[in-house]
Amino acid sequence: MNLQILWFVIIAVLFTGFFVLEGFDFGIGILLPFLGKNDSERRMIFNSIGPFWDGNEVWLITTGGAIFAAFPTLYAALFSSFYLEMFAILVALVLRGAAFEFRSQRESPRWRSFWDWMMFVGSLLPGFFWGVIISNLLRGIPIDANMNYAGGIWNPLNLHALLYGILFVLVFTMHGAVFLDLRVTGVLGERARSVAQRLSFLALLMTVLFLIWSFFVSPAIHHYFVSPQIAPLSFLSLATIIAVPVLVAKRQSGWAFAMTSLTIVLTAAAIGLGLFPRMILSSLNPAWSLTIDNTSSSPYTLTVMSWLALTLLPFVLAFEGWSYWVFHKRLDPRTRGHY
Amino acid sequence: MDAVTLARVQFGTTIVYHYLFVPLTLGLGLLIAIMETLYVWSGNNMYKRMTLFWGKLFLINFTLGVITGIVQEFQFGMNWSTYSRFVGDVFGSPLAIEALAAFFLESTFLGIWLFGWEQLRKGVHLAAIWLVVLGSYLSAFWILIANAFMQEPVGYTIHHGRAEMTNFFALLANPTLWVEFPHVVAAGIVTGAFFVIGISAYHLLKKQKDQELFQRAMKIGLVAALLGSIAVIYVGDLQAKHLVQSQPMKLAAAEALWNSENPASLSLFSIPDQQHHTNTVDISVPYALSFLAHDSFYGKVQGINQLEAQYEKLYGPGNYTPNVTIAFWTFRLMVGAGMTMALLALVGLFFLTRKQLEQRRWFLWVLVLSIAFPYLANTCGWVLTEMGRQPWLVFGLLTTADGVSPSVSPGMILFTLLLFILLYGVLAVVDATLLFKYARQDVESAESKLNADEQDEELSVTF
Repeated sequence: MNLQILWFVIIAVLFTGFFVLEGFDFGIGILLPFLGKNDSERRMIFNSIGPFWDGNEVWLITTGGAIFAAFPTLYAALFSSFYLEMFAILVALVLRGAAFEFRSQRESPRWRSFWDWMMFVGSLLPGFFWGVIISNLLRGIPIDANMNYAGGIWNPLNLHALLYGILFVLVFTMHGAVFLDLRVTGVLGERARSVAQRLSFLALLMTVLFLIWSFFVSPAIHHYFVSPQIAPLSFLSLATIIAVPVLVAKRQSGWAFAMTSLTIVLTAAAIGLGLFPRMILSSLNPAWSLTIDNTSSSPYTLTVMSWLALTLLPFVLAFEGWSYWVFHKRLDPRTRGHY
Repeated sequence: MDAVTLARVQFGTTIVYHYLFVPLTLGLGLLIAIMETLYVWSGNNMYKRMTLFWGKLFLINFTLGVITGIVQEFQFGMNWSTYSRFVGDVFGSPLAIEALAAFFLESTFLGIWLFGWEQLRKGVHLAAIWLVVLGSYLSAFWILIANAFMQEPVGYTIHHGRAEMTNFFALLANPTLWVEFPHVVAAGIVTGAFFVIGISAYHLLKKQKDQELFQRAMKIGLVAALLGSIAVIYVGDLQAKHLVQSQPMKLAAAEALWNSENPASLSLFSIPDQQHHTNTVDISVPYALSFLAHDSFYGKVQGINQLEAQYEKLYGPGNYTPNVTIAFWTFRLMVGAGMTMALLALVGLFFLTRKQLEQRRWFLWVLVLSIAFPYLANTCGWVLTEMGRQPWLVFGLLTTADGVSPSVSPGMILFTLLLFILLYGVLAVVDATLLFKYARQDVESAESKLNADEQDEELSVTF
């Protein structure tokens, strides 16, 4: 197998892992101020992802590192083109991490409420801005002949991108509500279920409207709907959203969570296939697009990295999976947690 | 200001800030693992309480280390895209492996450790904290491979206008790595040790509850501080000797040695005058620098002027001299702080073995204040390492001025810089306040989370 293709796949897998795992983390952070009616419930919400959030965030760090190692030119272009978006993601992640650690360290309700809202903002923005970035990747950005960004700072914040960002937030919030239902018992669980149902209807409606609208305004993404390889993935991901409210109503939380995870996996797969072998489309000249070929590291580096990544990844999956198993019991208000 | 300066200021401030948290994670993590090992070994509940007390402080510090670390990773691509493109084939790999081999281990097992006090058997729980420690040391190892390449590029070739890796094992065997890594690890241990020493000294002074606990913690801290300091000084000396070959300009700048000398004298105090290439004040010890560099009282040490001439011949016209005042004084402050810490640890252990430590209240107060020394030394050490390498970003291959992102305007860098300063400033205040609060609290408060079950009504207010 061509190592550039292997690394394209590895990075797609890492991104997907990040969106699935941090996706529900973000969703739970967004729901925090609305679902947690009192301090004990809010603490339960924090503790529901308490042992996992940091490990989940490492998926993003690893994705960044993997892009740097395997496609350094892509790394350089991606992070410098979406300068403000990346900055906003960083600020959000800093606020969010601080909220986890600081929130319960003082008893003052004002202090706690402040950090709850920081958690909300810190969870809302990364999902939103990743949506913005990916919309731009799909439709192309002004990349010049030297592989540098030649557009304005506000270019990425166009209507399509903003709506796609909102859609990302919506799907993550739904995903988070389903995960919360899986993690807690009692009234909080019930509330999570009803929110999950309502959000899945909203997500479905929004997604359909958005897809129809963008089909007409953006020819660059037509192949997501018509290509025989990609279109099935796009439509299957819609189908998984339809399944969510049904499964939630039947109290099949595990299956509902599998569905919201699949929504993200299928969407990511469609995006990956739709881009391949390009990674950033140049809107100035298709020949200037960044591809797996013109951005990758040398064959030697890719070989070394392949050995290392394929050796280490199974261990990572094993112990991270084990940590989810250790803390698989649902939390009730009496469960102790660190946060 | 231009983009290069602003990008440098941004990287400098955010990395110095990030590095306030990293060494404590390295050192305190190890000490906590030792405390928990003593608990599992002896079954003495006091060690468990000790573990929990420092665990709480460890965590507040750890989280800030994690979140400020992401900022550093993104910054390479955001502000230094030309650099990233030039060096990514070599430099990206250790970063990716750091995340894969170290961060996953560290973060996952920290989660397990924090939440698993009851779910897990004692031995498994203990294994979790040791894996956290392993993760943090692996992380230091891989990131220093990347840094060592910037100091001393090895295992690469220039191809397609960029550095491409030709030998991964050469990166692992980089001589700079093998002096940097032990130096950083030992300095981390000293940082953790003085943190434990200082806070224990405070509690011994206040004569509150748990005197025995803090006496034992003090002992652990002092032993770790002494062993760590000896290692720091020993490896630091090797590091200086290695600079003679790898980066003589950095050494010359750190010594404010304008002209080659044989035998070379070591300057104790000088006020370098960068413009006129001379020192306005200079108090020096003859032969000492030759001895430091070569283990012999005779031996040539190259001066800045001679090196500058060599480099201009080699790399073309330009200015290859780093800021001498900064290099000179950060070196003096680092070494001074390091020596002071070794001395404090030695004296502390002397008093301890004579059972006089708690009577010497003035000395305990000195120990409380000495928490600051490792931070001073760590910061100065890195400022020297990075600013002493200037004008190079990757020594001999790429200058700092050539590394910035062409598509990012100075205004944008300034904007993000100001917001980072604001954000980091606020977090620093919150973090310091919380650390003070918990460091001064008695052990029960840290422990209370474990008893929360029995005190249901307190649950909502304990945390």
